[in-house]
Amino acid sequence: MSASILTVDDSASLRMAIRIALTGAGYTVTEAADGVEGLAKATATRFDLIVTDLNMPNMDGLQMIRALREQPAQAGVPIIFLTTESDDAMKAQAKAAGATGWLVKPFQPEQLIRVAQKVLAR
Amino acid sequence: MSGEDPTAAFRIEAGELLEQVEQGLLDLGHRLDDMNLVNAVFRGLHTLKGSGAMFGFDKLAAFTHHCETAFDRVRKGDVRATPELVSVILSAGDHMRALVEGDAPEAEGQAILARLAAAVDAAAGGGVAAPVAAPARQGWNLSFRLPPDAMANGTNPLALLDELRDLGEATIVARVDEIPALADLNPADCVVGWDCTLIGDISREAIEDVFLFVMDDMEITITPLAVEEAVAVAVVDGAAPVVSAGATADIPVTDAPVVANDAGPRTAAAARSQGEHVRVPAERLDELMDRVGELVIAQSRLSQLAGHGHDLSLRSVSEEIERLAGEMRDTMMILRMVPVSTLFGRFRRLIHDLAIETGKTIELVTEGESTEVDKTVIERLFDPLVHIIRNSCDHGLERPEDRLAAGKSTSGLIRLSAHQAGGEVLITITDDGRGIDVERVRAKAEANGLIQPGQVVSEDELLGLIFHPGFSTAAQVTNLSGRGVGMDVVKRTIESLRGTIDVKSVPGQGSTITLRIPLTLAIIDGLLVRVGEGRYVIPLAAVEECLELSLEEDLRSRGRSIITLRERLVPFVRLRDLFDTGTRPDTYQKIVVVGTGTERVGLVVDQIIGNHQTVIKAMSPLHRNVAAFAGATILGDGSVALILDIAQLIALSQPREERRLAAG
Repeated sequence: MSASILTVDDSASLRMAIRIALTGAGYTVTEAADGVEGLAKATATRFDLIVTDLNMPNMDGLQMIRALREQPAQAGVPIIFLTTESDDAMKAQAKAAGATGWLVKPFQPEQLIRVAQKVLAR
Repeated sequence: MSGEDPTAAFRIEAGELLEQVEQGLLDLGHRLDDMNLVNAVFRGLHTLKGSGAMFGFDKLAAFTHHCETAFDRVRKGDVRATPELVSVILSAGDHMRALVEGDAPEAEGQAILARLAAAVDAAAGGGVAAPVAAPARQGWNLSFRLPPDAMANGTNPLALLDELRDLGEATIVARVDEIPALADLNPADCVVGWDCTLIGDISREAIEDVFLFVMDDMEITITPLAVEEAVAVAVVDGAAPVVSAGATADIPVTDAPVVANDAGPRTAAAARSQGEHVRVPAERLDELMDRVGELVIAQSRLSQLAGHGHDLSLRSVSEEIERLAGEMRDTMMILRMVPVSTLFGRFRRLIHDLAIETGKTIELVTEGESTEVDKTVIERLFDPLVHIIRNSCDHGLERPEDRLAAGKSTSGLIRLSAHQAGGEVLITITDDGRGIDVERVRAKAEANGLIQPGQVVSEDELLGLIFHPGFSTAAQVTNLSGRGVGMDVVKRTIESLRGTIDVKSVPGQGSTITLRIPLTLAIIDGLLVRVGEGRYVIPLAAVEECLELSLEEDLRSRGRSIITLRERLVPFVRLRDLFDTGTRPDTYQKIVVVGTGTERVGLVVDQIIGNHQTVIKAMSPLHRNVAAFAGATILGDGSVALILDIAQLIALSQPREERRLAAG
């Protein structure tokens, strides 16, 4: 069974790019347009991996990660965040919030797949 | 990004990996104890399995897994590399190729796996481990402990351990000394630490990459493993393999030198980044070629306009553009060039298989592999070369006992060489076998009615007969040759590439087949001629000479369409009639004598205009079946000229001539 991945991003094109890359690698991808939608979808279904942007309207990625980690059911679910620059402060914050790893934009589909493979249990 | 198809990309990558594995296996066949080759093959199989699983090629991944496991055991020294094992994995490679394409018979895979299991058992039985000097053990000692909340935050320690195992031979021991008492234990925390010994040619970066996301928050020490001999440290400089035996001396090494280069599992992506290459789909190159062709045409119109006017500045710009367009065209040509090594490499496998099939020992030597040829030419050369090589192995090379009797070494030699000469590339296929039996060729040709019994024919002409349709010297049809394709097909293919084929043979010493192929198919030197109102291009390479055909002579020939050229009869074709131009012939028509090596024919045209650098445009699908034309080109004034297909024209001319003779 293929792993299910939730991608949370306010940019439709980026979501699409992520979807194409990940579905191409055999994963099932669900999309959410902001933190609120992401939190709702992740709460309703447990995903194998969540890939989220940080800077989003309504609820940003940091808030969403914190909210998710408060749910016992989300313990152990890998969360990868996307950041535009390798900003150490942002990285530290996101990690403190409970993120598993990160990916610096712009990235190649292969990098995304590699990261997904890395954090997903085989 | 959305235009990308990762699965298609994987197919290409898989093809390359399999090619790499195959080359490694073939080399390994000669040097069974070369651990570098064993590792290379293993890495290829490993990457293929991994990526295959990633892109949904589950069958491929599962099948490759078995081969990978076998090679892992070879790598670790508990199974020897044997010719049989190499041979099985070669067949397995073919099966994997089929799996990538999506159509592989299940039974075939089962059979290969059964053979593999047998080969591994046989190889494991010997127990002669590491016949050569054991390579120095390179590697690292790691000791690490993840942050307590790592698992809650989505890091899977088992996945990290798997990644470490992927890097090399890993011995991992869990450290349980810091596990708290049960009462204090939080089951969600990660309380275990690990000690790990990693053996292999691995870079520190590769290890740090495993811990990328947790590196900052965890305890980790990475120390290089002591190497076995001090000398090894000094020697290591990039590619030189560290092979040394001897007393173990515990000399700690600084990180960098041991694994400076060639780190970690070598993926196609890594290999690509080294040379800073850009991968471009072939169609895009073709598209660019088209555009450059258009540019050359537009430029020649511009030159014409500028030449007519008196505007000096326009003329200088036009000249500048002419120069640039020319340079661009040359660069474009270079872009389409690929080294013939891509072609020659594929024959190593063929020779390997042929040697087994024929029971002969065959050695393949290749030369001039860096010679570059247009990629389309390379693709189309494959089949003819396979046929020629099969012929050489089957008919040319003798069996080992016969070779000994003839005072030769037991192993037969096939030499493939390529070199560039002007606008052509010469490819020669030489064998040191018995040579072509000219008398047998003559007997066969007489039997088939190609020549009259007792007719005086030169040796070269006799040898040329092997390219005649339906000619085959094979006394009995074997599995190798005699598959319904004769040398005539080879010849036709070479001619369709506007090349020529030539054969030489010395009895008892072997034969040589030489192919002369133009470097590119996209632009040719042509002779521009006029027939009636239309203009046509004759490929210059085919032109032998130009003669005048006066009206007088034309009348004297009484429509028989044959001229005498240095005491040889040469048939000719009146293009005016063939193309039905409906115009009156010029007073002084010209005959362009064209030839394809063995046949020659005269083409009667009204006027010879001159040399023309011809950008070949393919005909539209509607006109694809029009014989006599190989394509079209656009002239400087924007009008179209058709390019004559000489081989087709000669074929066309023969029945006409025969009909005419029959009627007369």
